[in-house]
Amino acid sequence: MDFKIFLTVIISMVFINNFILSKFLGLCPFLGVSRNIKPAMSMGMAVIFVMTLSGIITWLAYRFILIPFHITYLRTITFILVIAAFVQFVEMVILKKSPALYRALGIYLPLITTNCAVLGVTVLNIDNFFVSGKPAQLSFLLSVTQSLFAGIGFTLALLLMSGIRERLQVNDAPRCFEGIPIAFMVAALMSLAFMGFSGFRF
Amino acid sequence: MKGRLVVSVSPHLRKKENIPWIMWMVFAALIPSGIVGIYTFGPASLWLILISILSAVLSEAFILALRRKKVTIFDGSAALTGLLLAYNLPPEAPLWIPAAGSFFAIVFAKQVFGGLGRNIFNPALAGRAFLIISWPTYMTDFAKPFTYPDAVTAATPLGLFKNAGMDIHAMGLNYMDLLLGRRGGCIGEVAVLALAVGALLLLVLRIISLHIPLSFIFAAGLLSWLFPAQGFAKGDPIFAVLSGGVILGAFFMATDYSTSPLTRKGQLIFGAGCGLLTFIIRRWGGYPEGVSFSILIMNAFVPLIDRYVRPPVYGRRDGSGAKAKTVP
Amino acid sequence: MKKIFAEFSKGIFRENPIFVIVLGLCPTLAVSTSLENAVGMGIAATFVLVASNTIISGIKGVVPHKIRIPCFIVVIASFVTIVELVMAGYAPLLAKRLGIFVPLIVVNCIIMGRAEAFASRNNILPSIMDGLGMGLGFTLALCSVALIREILGSGKLFGHIIVKGFDPVNIMVLAPGALLTLGVLIAATNLIKNRGN
Repeated sequence: MDFKIFLTVIISMVFINNFILSKFLGLCPFLGVSRNIKPAMSMGMAVIFVMTLSGIITWLAYRFILIPFHITYLRTITFILVIAAFVQFVEMVILKKSPALYRALGIYLPLITTNCAVLGVTVLNIDNFFVSGKPAQLSFLLSVTQSLFAGIGFTLALLLMSGIRERLQVNDAPRCFEGIPIAFMVAALMSLAFMGFSGFRF
Repeated sequence: MKGRLVVSVSPHLRKKENIPWIMWMVFAALIPSGIVGIYTFGPASLWLILISILSAVLSEAFILALRRKKVTIFDGSAALTGLLLAYNLPPEAPLWIPAAGSFFAIVFAKQVFGGLGRNIFNPALAGRAFLIISWPTYMTDFAKPFTYPDAVTAATPLGLFKNAGMDIHAMGLNYMDLLLGRRGGCIGEVAVLALAVGALLLLVLRIISLHIPLSFIFAAGLLSWLFPAQGFAKGDPIFAVLSGGVILGAFFMATDYSTSPLTRKGQLIFGAGCGLLTFIIRRWGGYPEGVSFSILIMNAFVPLIDRYVRPPVYGRRDGSGAKAKTVP
Repeated sequence: MKKIFAEFSKGIFRENPIFVIVLGLCPTLAVSTSLENAVGMGIAATFVLVASNTIISGIKGVVPHKIRIPCFIVVIASFVTIVELVMAGYAPLLAKRLGIFVPLIVVNCIIMGRAEAFASRNNILPSIMDGLGMGLGFTLALCSVALIREILGSGKLFGHIIVKGFDPVNIMVLAPGALLTLGVLIAATNLIKNRGN
């Protein structure tokens, strides 16, 4: 039973409600970092990492600070600050511990702060897994799962897009469609294809 | 004359054939199935097919003229897209449905990417997906097989299987009915034997190879056998393969050159992926049939497959392998 | 005076945040299913943009350069919270339809982008005009996407049926339709720009 709830969250986040293709969260990095596969992969990894941990931290902050002090209306401001501080912290740690990793991921980290997918998943966690100010059953685990697989779905779409755009570099699309518009057309058709999963249930 | 109609000159794997020849051969290979379809469902299907082809060719001509390119509507590619789209329609859809679908297929799935051979997604399938999401009522309303008045029902076998949990016997069908197309379904998908004849022609002419179709059919059949709704290894793989669009999809749509992988190994992965996704959508998805969506989804994976599955002889890892692709 | 007006007008077409600079796409796609949502989102974002531009341009001499980004975020997030509370109080239906995209105004790249690129370098009056212009440009772009999607996707406008006997193209109010519409509109903008050159 519980297993099914988790599987539903996973399928939903990766395919049906894919953050990029269906919820339109994180489009700026999706368009900006999808020209080549390698940076897309690095960006995807960074997003998965930040999203999962942000999901955990913001859940704890909401549950143990905002709710007890009755200041849930400060959710947006708290979450964005928590995420910004966390990303800054990760950046410093990586810079100190692993310069190689920093070179690979470093430039993507600041971008992630303003990536609406990260703030989006944390807000979504609260909307989905808190019922009238109380955590729902399995709320924490579901939030973590949702954050992790939202990141994975984001990365999947980003990778597919980057593969396609590498191939499109040799095309002869109409001039006005070159660059961003054609990326949108690809995204539209990918989103169309992913709609095959709609109505999914176990 | 034929050769003069080719627009994009890409490096070819096969030297002796040219693009229009391949396109018209595939077109010809699809005709038997269409004839059986029209015989089964009545003359309305013929109109759907003609309007679909006409609309595809006109859309192509319109866009090429708009782009001030040579109008290459006789290369058969637009006509083939129109034909394939019509084959994926229910036999009594309103006549504007194929027109809208073909227009979408040609404009947004093909020409926007630069036309023939540049498209990432199979245009006919994109057109069908567009139609089924936009007008689900028209696209899932199946007519009774016209020639078989005693046919039990208008619903497709997959629809009955999914929504009523009926097996093939409860539907009053047998495997022979499925082979001969005595069932509800889309115009061009029901006549499995006729499709097989066409597929054989393409195989003999070496226009398609068996890698994609076989891995597709095998994966879909195996998974349906192993994981039916109840029990384990109790499914009906023959029913799964013959009852929907698997044969049409596996031989005629998944094998499209510009939207399938380059290498044999890549093609096996691609086909198996299509089979897996078809099974998943049929088993748990909202739609009774998942062939077109699964091919579309796998189309998106093709550049990644091509990149990570190295061609055995030619091509390089840096993605330029894709440039050396034959363009149908 | 002319210069001030130029700050205002540039956001509407020449530097339109969506069609030309291609920023702030997430809400554009997500809330453009109907014109009503688009107008609501446009007003909310414009308010935040103008208010945050004003404050940021006012405090630009006080804030140390190194911590400017967190400060901008706090300013923007405060105004977003105000919008959230006001909308929940006075337009609860709209708030419900816009959903998580109200709090997500915080990370709308346009607002942060204008704070960093314009308001932190200019005086208050030009910053206000810039915010107004960009906000209006954003709203207009959002509305044009919504107009196309609502007419084609539901055959309605502001909820009223305008074309009788038309089978709406359902896909236009769904995700693929949003991406398609915006792609075509940006291509059209490119076409006009290229003609101009």
